[in-house]
Amino acid sequence: MPDRRLLLLAGLLLAACSFFLFWGLKGPVGFILELRVVKLAALLLVGAAIGVSTMIFQTVTGNRILTPAIMGFDALFLLIQTLLVIVLGGSAYIGLLGPAKFLIETAIMMVAAMALFSVLMGRGRTDLHRMILAGVIFGVLFRSLTAFFQRILDPSEFSVVQGAMFASFNSVDTAQLALAGVVCLAAFTAIRPLIRALDVVGLGRKSAIGLGLPYDRMVLGLLALVAALVSVSTALVGPITFLGLLVAALAHSMMRTHRHALLLPAAAMISALILVSGQAIFERVLRMQSTLSVIVEFAGGMLFLYLVLRGRVR
Amino acid sequence: MRFSYLLTFVALLVLSLISAAIGAATLDLGTLGSDPEALRLMLASRLPRTFAALLTGASMAVAGVIMQLLVRNRFVEPGTTGTTEAAMLGLLAVTLAAPAMPLILKMSVSALAALVGMGGFLILIRKLPPSQPLLVPLIGLIYSGIIGAGTTFIAYQWDMMQYLGVWMSGEFSGVLAGRYELLWLAGLMTVIAYIAADQFTIAGLGRNASISLGLKYRQVMALGLVTVSMVTALVVVTVGMVPFVGLVVPNIVARMMGDNLRASLPVVAGMGAGMVLACDVLGRLVRFPYEIPAGTIFGVFGAVVFLWLLLARPARA
Amino acid sequence: MIQIQNVSHVIGKSPILTGITTRIPRHGITALIGPNGAGKSTLLNLIARLTPLQSGQITVDDVDVSTAPTQELALKIAVVAQQLGVSSRLRVRDLVAFGRWPHHRGRPAQRDEDAVDQAIAAFDLQALQYRFLDELSGGQQQRAFVAMGVVQDTDWVLLDEPLNNLDMYHAKELTAGLHAMSRPGTERSRSIVMVVHEINYVAAWADHIVALKDGALVFSGPPDQVLTEPILSDLFGMPIRVVSIDGKPVILHHM
Repeated sequence: MPDRRLLLLAGLLLAACSFFLFWGLKGPVGFILELRVVKLAALLLVGAAIGVSTMIFQTVTGNRILTPAIMGFDALFLLIQTLLVIVLGGSAYIGLLGPAKFLIETAIMMVAAMALFSVLMGRGRTDLHRMILAGVIFGVLFRSLTAFFQRILDPSEFSVVQGAMFASFNSVDTAQLALAGVVCLAAFTAIRPLIRALDVVGLGRKSAIGLGLPYDRMVLGLLALVAALVSVSTALVGPITFLGLLVAALAHSMMRTHRHALLLPAAAMISALILVSGQAIFERVLRMQSTLSVIVEFAGGMLFLYLVLRGRVR
Repeated sequence: MRFSYLLTFVALLVLSLISAAIGAATLDLGTLGSDPEALRLMLASRLPRTFAALLTGASMAVAGVIMQLLVRNRFVEPGTTGTTEAAMLGLLAVTLAAPAMPLILKMSVSALAALVGMGGFLILIRKLPPSQPLLVPLIGLIYSGIIGAGTTFIAYQWDMMQYLGVWMSGEFSGVLAGRYELLWLAGLMTVIAYIAADQFTIAGLGRNASISLGLKYRQVMALGLVTVSMVTALVVVTVGMVPFVGLVVPNIVARMMGDNLRASLPVVAGMGAGMVLACDVLGRLVRFPYEIPAGTIFGVFGAVVFLWLLLARPARA
Repeated sequence: MIQIQNVSHVIGKSPILTGITTRIPRHGITALIGPNGAGKSTLLNLIARLTPLQSGQITVDDVDVSTAPTQELALKIAVVAQQLGVSSRLRVRDLVAFGRWPHHRGRPAQRDEDAVDQAIAAFDLQALQYRFLDELSGGQQQRAFVAMGVVQDTDWVLLDEPLNNLDMYHAKELTAGLHAMSRPGTERSRSIVMVVHEINYVAAWADHIVALKDGALVFSGPPDQVLTEPILSDLFGMPIRVVSIDGKPVILHHM
């Protein structure tokens, strides 16, 4: 029997989606609706990807304040994109077929994310603050490197690839969207059989091994999935640093359980709900353009500060 | 000690000569005396640019070391404590409210905002346990992020993103005679800081030790905070922020020669000046004739050094 | 002489000191003793004007500490507070030299250098003087800070648990050194006020004792009157034996 709270979330999400689709609909209905459907699909996909990846990441790292974005994962993805442009050349990059490009990027991203993770975790397992701070600075480093390499590009080449690289909710590419959908679906399918094992992973390495779980192998696999999901969301709409943190905190306080069968869908839906309703309010009601991510950063930053200052960093 | 002063000085001289010699237009240093056009270029563009980079680097590094002593934490600088973002917010607000205001007044508003921003940070970290030194920069970075998000929001709504981009990335390519002179004020603040070097060093020992030695602790604290916010605002207004200078340079110098500012401040200022100028020169050479902002290069370099400080050894912040 | 008149202190809502009135004589070592949380450090910080006075009055040689300029007091009182993590990267010699700062305000003369040399020798720091403070052990740092307090060349030296972190040898050397420089009649006789937990050091070296418990004055007077079995047992809330060895009281509290 589905949980009542999940049903409530699903209902709210449905309401938000219809609001997003049909509010203020006039003019060439068919055309506008098509635009909105594409955008809605992107919001839902990104929401689910960020919610699920953050939740898994927090379970694997065993704390409630780290998220892939705070550890610099999405900045890493942008860097990889930029480097690919430089290595292949701008025109070759644009010429690459969508799926091939995306798969190459995601594959590199998985490897790089794993390397970053082992650097951070290997050094700082005992000192959480050092680890978080290092993650934040890695994020800064990746962004600076991205800026640097973009400047190295020929200005004309740069402007050609800029459009392809910097996505936002207002410029979603349909082909990429379909591809992202496929990757997301594959990732979620891979996660499904692991949901019960995730509950055990949440107990920590020693307990999990004691209970007979192939812990290290599982963690590697889970991180690969996290990396894939981060790639999906960053490729679609660019980095949103604090959304994951906000979502994970809300999901935990709403569900009050360790069971990932409940936590993961809740996180996915809360995340999508924030994005869809936030975007709907901004676009349709306040008529502001693409400031949602700024608001999410603001609120998420406040929450982060609150968590750190209240000593909840465990 | 004499040796490190000499070394700093020679390195600065060489870098300045290189900086004066290179640029999009070719310029032969030997023809300065005979060619009036070359002389004009030198005085209008190359020299101001070189001075601007030197002044920015020196004053930001000194601001960083003062801040580290006053907060008693190795990992703070204007950019990791919300000071820079607050300065930008203030500048944005005054540019929106009174676009015609003279630059020096805008700068003052920006400095005031930086002071308020830094005050907010000090209140936030007041109750933190001293046993957790890394919490301080962590909270500072998030605090900066929040102010930054607010600033971006305002800039977006009023279509000022372009300005924000300029303030955020330290770049010297636009520096011409007549457009950077405010930076000499930052240089003056650095000299004042050197006069008060002993006071800052004592303040770095903590409030108790300071009062015990008869230091007017609150006054020194106030002088330091005003210096840091003035320098930050001046740099943001004239050339844009160069991140991490205030963090990286003092840490390197402290490792070599400690925190006794009377001895180390000239080296801190010299190394800051040299590194920023080197980044600017590099930015002109890497993708000639295009330019890469010095702030971008220093962002990469500074983040790497910061990570090294963080991961390569146990904390001693 | 330090006169403490009806001093009370509260932090938040909890009273730390209540109506303390006593005097601390010039010359010699005065020990502030009492169980944890008795208010010893607070009293010391109030005398040293590190904590602003809330009520009552404290005068040091007839100078009111709450109104006198802090620069003037720095020539009269030196304070060695408890060191909670030194974040500065200073060499030992630089640190000790800052003890002369109230005298020269940034322009050291030869006699300042001489004073620093003396203090470094007196506290066995020659071998460490060019090392960085943050590379030393807690006990070595502690000695450097005491040397800094002494080099300030004041009539009064206040120390908060100076024996913390010291090994037996250095604890004894430090106390003996402080004792020697506090004898009346010597060329530069100082008055030492210190918070001490190690009660046998108090018994062996102190000239005057101020005992506090729960923020109130329990007793103040010379050691032979304070270091008795009934007073100590009551002060620390445990049975304590006092025996005499070579005419000095030895307190057996650990068995």
